[in-house]
Parts: sequence; C-alpha cells; structure tokens
Amino acid sequence: MDSVLIPKGVERCSIGKFALFIAVVGAVLLWGVVAMLLIYIKGLNQTNMNNAYGFALWIWADLAVIALGGGAFFTGLLRYIIGKDELKHIINYAVLIGFVCYSSALLILAIDVGQPLRAWFIFWHANVHSMLTEVAFCLTCYFGVLTIEYLPMVFENRQIDRVPFFHHLGHNMHAIMAIFAATGAFLSFFHQGSLGGVTGVMFGRPFGYRTGLLIWPWTFFLYTWSAAAVGPCFTIFITRITEAVTRKKLVKDSVVDLLAKIAGWMLLTYIIAKIIDTWYWAAVTAPAAGFTLMDFYSNNPGSAYGLWILIAEIGLCGVVPAIMLVTPSIRRRPAALFVAVTLAVIGACLNRWVMVLQVQAVPVLSFETWFTYFPSWQEIATTILPVAYGIILIALSYRYLPIFPQEQELNPIEGGK
Amino acid sequence: MFPFSFEWIWDMSHMVFHGGLWYALSILGMGMTYCIIKAAYDSVKGKGGHHSHGHH
Repeated sequence: MDSVLIPKGVERCSIGKFALFIAVVGAVLLWGVVAMLLIYIKGLNQTNMNNAYGFALWIWADLAVIALGGGAFFTGLLRYIIGKDELKHIINYAVLIGFVCYSSALLILAIDVGQPLRAWFIFWHANVHSMLTEVAFCLTCYFGVLTIEYLPMVFENRQIDRVPFFHHLGHNMHAIMAIFAATGAFLSFFHQGSLGGVTGVMFGRPFGYRTGLLIWPWTFFLYTWSAAAVGPCFTIFITRITEAVTRKKLVKDSVVDLLAKIAGWMLLTYIIAKIIDTWYWAAVTAPAAGFTLMDFYSNNPGSAYGLWILIAEIGLCGVVPAIMLVTPSIRRRPAALFVAVTLAVIGACLNRWVMVLQVQAVPVLSFETWFTYFPSWQEIATTILPVAYGIILIALSYRYLPIFPQEQELNPIEGGK
Repeated sequence: MFPFSFEWIWDMSHMVFHGGLWYALSILGMGMTYCIIKAAYDSVKGKGGHHSHGHH
C-alpha cells in the first residue's frame, strides 16, 4: 500500500504490522498528551513540584536527553570538521536521534515553564547575566541546525525527491552542511556547558557549587565533555536496538567500532577529569563552605542518596564503560559493547539527576532536613511522552527515508526491488 | 533582543549574548536563503537529473 514511499532496494514489514506498532506506541503518546493538556488547562498544580523543587523530573529529563542527543553535534564535528569520513554511514542516524532528543527537550520545556504563552520573553526580555538565557538561545538555534540537518533526509524520500525543487534543495543543503555542522558544534559547546554552569555557579548550594576558570565553573566543561562522550554511546545504543527490532545489520562493525573507540577515549578522559573535580570539591570547595562529603550522602530518608550513587555514577557507569570501550578486544564483542554503551548512558543520566535533583534535596541551612519529592503521574506521563514520540519518529524515518546508507549492501534482496 | 528595545544597554553582556545569537541566526538564515534561491534557480533551469545521492 505504501510501497511507493519506501526506499528502493530495502525491505520493510507490512503496513498492517507497522500500523499496529504505531498504534501501540501511539497509545502511550496519547496518555502523555492527556497529561500535557491537563497541565496546560489546569496549571502546574497537576505536578508535585514545590518550593524546594522549582524544577523537578522534567528538568532532569531535559538535561538527560540533551546530553544523550550530543551524538549529533559530536559525530557531525568528527565527520565534517575533523574529517572522519567513515562516520558518514552513521551520521544520518546520529542526526535523527539528536533531532528527537532536542525536540523532546523543547517539548518538555514548553510544559515546564508553566506559562508557555510567555516563553518568548526569554528572547525578548533576555537576562544577559543568566546561563539559562544562553541555554535558551543556543538550544533554539541548535534545534534549527538539527532541523536543517534532518530535512535533506526527508527530501530523499522517493516521492519527495521527484519534485525538482526539493531534490535540488536537499542537494544544496548537503553541499554546505559543513557550515551548519560547525555552527551546531559551536552552539552545542555553549549550551551543554551552560547547563552544567547553572549548577556550578550556585554558591548558595555547596553540593553543586564548583570553582572554575574565569566565569565558567568546572561543571561547564564537564557537561560539554560528557555530552561529547556519551552522545555517540547513545547513538550506538539506539542503533543496536534498531538492529535488534528490525532483525537486520544496518551499520558495518568497522563504523561502530570507530565511533565506540572515540567515545571510549572521550569517556576515559572525561571520567579522569570528573574524579579530579570530585576530589577537589570534596576536599577543598565543600569544606570551605562548612560541609563534609558525608553531609551530602547521609541522614536522608531511606538513604536514597547514599555514597552508592557517587560510586555508581563515577565507578560502575564511568570508569568501567570507559575501560571497556578503549580496549579493542572488549569493545569488538557485540554484547560487551552493548553493556558498555548502556552503562555510559545510565552514567550520564545519573550525573544529570545528581546535579539537578540531589542538589535540590540536600539541606543547606542547619535547621533544614532533606527535601523529598515524588513526581505526580502527570509528570511521569509527560516525561514518557517524548520517548513515545521519539520511537514513532524513528520508526517513520526508518520506514520511509534512506537513513542507513549501508543497509542495502548489508541486506541484499534476491532479484532486487 | 534589539538595540531599539527600551531595556537594551550597550554593555559587554548584551553585545556578547545577542551578538552570539544574531551571529548564529545570520549563518543559518543566509545558508538557508542561499540553498532555497539556488534550488529554485536550478529547478527553473532544469539542472541535473533525479539521481539518488547519499547525504552526509
């Protein structure tokens, strides 16, 4: 029925099976939309946010998807600026994943701001002393870059490509893509960094506060670094899941191995920097504010924030995957590679959780106790909403667009199509 | 956002923040304008065939 839209030389499941899959994921999407409408109509009283948690589950989801979407800018940088030509076989998918992540982040922000009709205030009445202004500027512009990078793929759809204007537009955009990719890398460096900077400059919250270089706290550089390291891991993670779902090899092992190797070295250098940062913070910065390390990891309800979270983030989900990825004999084993990228992805999510939610949980004044918070179902549903949206967009893109240049070669069809 | 806004001040913060924003927007805007105009020109001229070309 939709065979005229499917790329030539590749095989896809029947339209019925595909529609069923979309319907199941669409039901989850609908659940999220209902929660979103409730929040828009009734307001932020639908959430469990309070004075201690002005930002809550959403801001963690925002920071996590932005870090995981870093694969688009870093792979683009490697491909277009540094010249790692082999990555052209995975850059389409990295861009698509980045597009999903950043559009999700903007969607969540549109709910989180509470007054979406006034969202434009941050541009028009910009507070030029706020790192969040820099984040808003760069995030919006970078989403523009990702749209520009994604559009040529849409124009390559068999039917759209038949329209001369779109055919030439896609071709022209591709011809100057290096300029867009360089702009994207510039924007990403600043918004990833500023997201880290937001926590790092809060001198009234010793758990998050860090010293730094000039106006930038160390968290500024650590966030950019970690996004560049973990973004490609997330690209590999989603690629492997897509291959499992479609039961096809979509990208050659040599391409994945190159990306995994680069991500591994980025992760290893990042985690060394993170360990040094943590040690300096625990030994110098926090004590200077009157806190010991254990003040941040003890006496909280249910010991939810015990030392385990620090060990899990830096050790299990930092050092371990870094060593696995830089060791060729380990990363070349598919199962081990999948474990390593999964741990790295969890590590980035844990890091963002700690830096935005644990920061708000830790008591600052001597008469305070730990602040607790559990999200409402509306918050959970609207956080799962982008996941469902992402799955649908990836499914549609995979079905109708030539996302994987090596798919035809890796999965030849008898007699062609 | 613009120098003619009542809240605009000619200081380093405004120039760096908004300079960066307009710098990025200009590159994206000029790049896309070039692509669109060239695509329209190529379409009218009937330049090139419908060949499949791998992006990226």
